[in-house]
Amino acid sequence: MDLFEYQGRDLFERHGLPVLGGGVAETPQEARAIAERLGGKVVVKAQVKVGGRGKAGGVKLADGADEAEARATDILGMDIKGHTVHKVMLAETADIKDEYYFSYLLDRANRTFLCIASVAGGMEIEQVAEEQPDKVAKVAIDANEGVTEAKAREIVTAAQFPAEVADQVVDIAVKLWQTFVAEDATLVEVNPLAKVGDGRVLALDAKVTLDENAGFRHPDHEALVDQSAVDPLEQAAKAKNLNYVKLDGEVGIIGNGAGLVMSTLDVVAYAGEAHGGVKPANFLDIGGGASAAVMANGLEVVLSDPSVKAVFVNVFGGITACDEVANGIIQALALLSERGEAVTKPLVVRLDGNNAEAGRAILDEAKNPLVERVDTMDGAAERAAELAFAGK
Amino acid sequence: MAIWLTKDSKVIVQGMTGSEGSKHTRRMLAAGTNVVGGVNPRKAGTTVDFDGTSLPVFANVAEAMKETGADVSVIFVPPAFTKAAVLEAIDAEIPLAVVITEGVPVQDSAAFWAHNIAQGQKTRIVGPNCPGIASPGASNAGIIPADITPAGRIGLVSKSGTLTYQLMYELRDFGFSTCVGIGGDPIIGTTHIDALKAFQDDPDTDAIVMIGEIGGDAEERAAEFIKANVTKPVVGYIAGFTAPPGKTMGHAGAIISGSAGTADAKKAALEAAGVKVGKTPSETARLMREVMS
Repeated sequence: MDLFEYQGRDLFERHGLPVLGGGVAETPQEARAIAERLGGKVVVKAQVKVGGRGKAGGVKLADGADEAEARATDILGMDIKGHTVHKVMLAETADIKDEYYFSYLLDRANRTFLCIASVAGGMEIEQVAEEQPDKVAKVAIDANEGVTEAKAREIVTAAQFPAEVADQVVDIAVKLWQTFVAEDATLVEVNPLAKVGDGRVLALDAKVTLDENAGFRHPDHEALVDQSAVDPLEQAAKAKNLNYVKLDGEVGIIGNGAGLVMSTLDVVAYAGEAHGGVKPANFLDIGGGASAAVMANGLEVVLSDPSVKAVFVNVFGGITACDEVANGIIQALALLSERGEAVTKPLVVRLDGNNAEAGRAILDEAKNPLVERVDTMDGAAERAAELAFAGK
Repeated sequence: MAIWLTKDSKVIVQGMTGSEGSKHTRRMLAAGTNVVGGVNPRKAGTTVDFDGTSLPVFANVAEAMKETGADVSVIFVPPAFTKAAVLEAIDAEIPLAVVITEGVPVQDSAAFWAHNIAQGQKTRIVGPNCPGIASPGASNAGIIPADITPAGRIGLVSKSGTLTYQLMYELRDFGFSTCVGIGGDPIIGTTHIDALKAFQDDPDTDAIVMIGEIGGDAEERAAEFIKANVTKPVVGYIAGFTAPPGKTMGHAGAIISGSAGTADAKKAALEAAGVKVGKTPSETARLMREVMS
């Protein structure tokens, strides 16, 4: 889960990192109140989870509360690369002398963590790495040893931080690592980490990604979820414990196993090329050992998506027995019509693997006019795309 | 013969007394796996009956190894306890630890991996969040269904469980030497490269199926390895060509971030290494048929 800047700033502050005073506002009036509290010049920053907001006009200086309110009025509601601005952060301004870059992140290739630090901060680190590779230090962090003061000094030396800020950066490096570990982050990035007029080094931006797998030890992270960005269908699916991602096509997809479902999306998209360009409407993985009840929940969510015109249920019975899946589909349809929800969208079902013959027989015997059985993945994708296009 | 898991492998199950653990212990036994016991400190000294096979429960991995000669552990404990279970297996120096558990925090995986390195990598870790390893007709460590395919001469390595099953099924008339599910997490113990190397060295494997998915650059690195080191034919498949950037597709590691991790980049890298890459699972199976016949 990616955090907004203001959430990252708050997290940094809680862990003792040096940040500027600030607050978050959803209305110009709230922005005014924060500007009054902070006093003097403030910076008004759009809160969006996408880079390049400065260039897009999402970061403005304001001298006093009146201007802060006006700038917040301009920025709230702006569209930045497809992200609507719902919140602005107001922060004290700083007299920036130097801009540095500092981050900890997951290094998948080396199965460990990595510190990237540079004295050339303020711009995209990828750009710095390309133009001035000698200015970017990459230091591997042992997951169990972490960042001790000695390790922090190694980083500071490698990145060639000037002597007058070295001690401060060492302290920040240690605290930032403690934040990274304590919050189960997979990324903490400070860009810029800035030296200001009075000699202090401050974190002027905060980019944080948290590991959702670690949610069980961070009940407080739940409150950081951006509800305005969560699709209502995704929310409904989450409440039913389903692994669902909303996409923008017409063919509803239900399958078992993440890889098989991803593959199903591809096969449907290829098939759709010949049928008016229909695309998958969602990703839904009901799991390797899916039961009838889970199938019913999944069908309910997918069928409630108004853009879905046809559904493709693609199951390979590994641990799951296909006869159970077939029963699940038939029961789910009966359950939905009992609830008064008129199911009118066609279902194409492909069952293969464990007990496939029995499962297919169950579907045939049920004689539900909406359910069509196709026995290969490619053939079923083709048929589902065709039906979705016809239903458009 | 097979890689890493053979008919002589002696398997213990960490978390054997839990619901998933006991369900799959039963299945592993039914598949002919030589399961010799389980680990649960709170039930040490007891035995569990699996359809007439009575298995002892030990207090820890080291004791289980000492008493049974076990050389493989399959780990089914919940995510909050997985790190401790894997550390225990590493400290006991068991040669192979297969971590089935899904939803392990990535800092925990990084921690047990770092510990394994510090201890001299005496344990091969497979997973987490993987279906395990199956050597058809010989042994089965994990949750891969044993009856999809008989033994044969194709090796398979995959990030995904059900896609593994799909390809095993499509190529069941040829059969497989070993199928390795390495898992879809951002940090995993055994990589595509480890499996490719083992299959290249295995006299009973003639050709290799490699299944990847979006996210990370493991497939690109595997492609470089293949170019330099693998002379056996490799057929590849990548899932997620049409996945949008920024959305996690089921596996924690399956996400396109920026321009990195796309299926197209992976396919191009593999093809540049001489790997035939299928557009769909069925096309991938067809490509392997051509190789094998």
